[in-house]
Amino acid sequence: MLKATDLRLTFNPGTPIETQALRGMTLEIPTGQFVTVIGSNGAGKSTFLNAVSGEQRVDSGTIEIDGIDMTRQPVWARARHVARVFQDPLAGTCEDLTIEENMALAKMRGERRGFSFAVKPALREEFRAQLATLGLGLENRLSDRIGLLSGGQRQAVSLLMAALQPSRLLLLDEHTAALDPRTAAFVLELTVRIVAEHKLTTMMVTHSMRQALDVGQRTVMLHQGRVVLDVSGKEREGLDVHHLLDMFEKVRGEKIDDDALLLG
Amino acid sequence: MRLARAGRGGRSLAGARVVFPPTVFPMSLYTLLGALEIGLIFSLVALGVYISFRLLRFPDLTVDGSFPLGGAVAATMIAAGHDPFTSTLVATLAGAVAGLITGWLNVRLKIMDLLASILMMIALYSINLRIMGKPNVPLITEPTVFNLLQPETLADYVFRPLLLVFVVLAVKLMLDAYFSTQSGLAIRATGSNARMARAQGVNTGLAVLAGMALSNALVGLAGALFAQTQGGADISMGVGTIVIGLAAVIVGESLLPSRKLYLATIAVIVGAIVYRFFIALALNSDFIGLQAQDLNLVTAVLVTVALVVPKLRAHWSGKKGA
Repeated sequence: MLKATDLRLTFNPGTPIETQALRGMTLEIPTGQFVTVIGSNGAGKSTFLNAVSGEQRVDSGTIEIDGIDMTRQPVWARARHVARVFQDPLAGTCEDLTIEENMALAKMRGERRGFSFAVKPALREEFRAQLATLGLGLENRLSDRIGLLSGGQRQAVSLLMAALQPSRLLLLDEHTAALDPRTAAFVLELTVRIVAEHKLTTMMVTHSMRQALDVGQRTVMLHQGRVVLDVSGKEREGLDVHHLLDMFEKVRGEKIDDDALLLG
Repeated sequence: MRLARAGRGGRSLAGARVVFPPTVFPMSLYTLLGALEIGLIFSLVALGVYISFRLLRFPDLTVDGSFPLGGAVAATMIAAGHDPFTSTLVATLAGAVAGLITGWLNVRLKIMDLLASILMMIALYSINLRIMGKPNVPLITEPTVFNLLQPETLADYVFRPLLLVFVVLAVKLMLDAYFSTQSGLAIRATGSNARMARAQGVNTGLAVLAGMALSNALVGLAGALFAQTQGGADISMGVGTIVIGLAAVIVGESLLPSRKLYLATIAVIVGAIVYRFFIALALNSDFIGLQAQDLNLVTAVLVTVALVVPKLRAHWSGKKGA
């Protein structure tokens, strides 16, 4: 379970380009839930995800995962509990390493790395079987450099890698945004399958409202660094993209009114 | 001066040269073996440079200080009557510590990598002088790892490169093995994509420290062996070590381009030896007319050629394909 409480973060405080990226961001994701997060540019989606992964320290507030306080832990220490797939397909894998070496790296996520060989025969067979489920023929290319694969292939392998080791939280950062529509659909389908298979607690940030409603059990909309909409269950089932857009407009409109009141 | 001496296979400090073997045009066998010997020693430097520059992508100039550090520690200890093997081991560890400090300056104190290594390099100049207590420590009659192991039947100029072949091969195999372990893989991942490595739970700061220690340990070992083959340590023996190391890596990569680690380490070793041969050839061929002071120019030309040839090759093969 992820529990983020009253996160606040200001970039460049005290300067003309001061940005309040998170303003009391609070979100709880129960174990096993698949949440999609949407919001316009600058709403704080990526900042929030980076705060949870540890890449971005927050000014105040707490981040707990399954009751463990993670707020001050560095990225590599959180990796024991948090798996992540990046937006940039090149970011989630090491292009200089082979497919099996990348997977071996992920297999040891959050564990002590010792002096035994990273890729052992038994492990290689496991990787081969995993890759075969993709249907991309990658099971025959274990010792190819991963830099030789396409963005979509690398993203698919990244997803497999995220599930090689148990995690308490899976973070997906617009992980289909950089792919062409067909590949994006394939990777999304794979995401749904892997999340269901491993019953992963998942937070997926996306800029596609369609995608946000199509997958997962709950959708959260962020605006100006906090949650402004949180729908799940029956209410969410009846929703369509234009509903979401309407709500979005409403939220924005109200915000502007708020500001107007304040300024007036 | 030092390099010129080495290039000619001369042993002015040791002064032990007696018989010249028959001349093989354009180099004598003696010169040839001398070039091989130095090439092998510098292949350890090149392996270290490969680890820092290529695997970790950490531009590390510490080697200009850790090479003479290895020499200074080994020579001083041997001159003080310590066992040459222990002395060589301590020199290697001293190199590792130098690398650790450079890494620490970068990781903990957030000093830019290149600057951190330059700071360490100049600091080591003073430290090396302190260790030796004077600008040079000669090893003339003292025992070395080479003359202790040398069998009666082999001449020293044959035995030294022979022993070095074994040392370098052992180091190469150990590096290949280490970099395919979980911990070695973490170091490679750190150099290749630090953000991804962190997301996989790799403590990248620690990985940089480990890689830098390993890299400079090899350079320290090379310095210790160099001092023991060249008749002593000298405060200026480190000048240009990084250039030679990089030149070896670049020459090796252009001769044997490969991303596979076990081939890359071979390429680096071959690069160091080939580089040394070219230097010896250039400086020993009277018909070319080059002299010892032309060494740096020869190095610059050689590295330029090594950098340009692969591009030309790609250009030509590209034309053929079109």
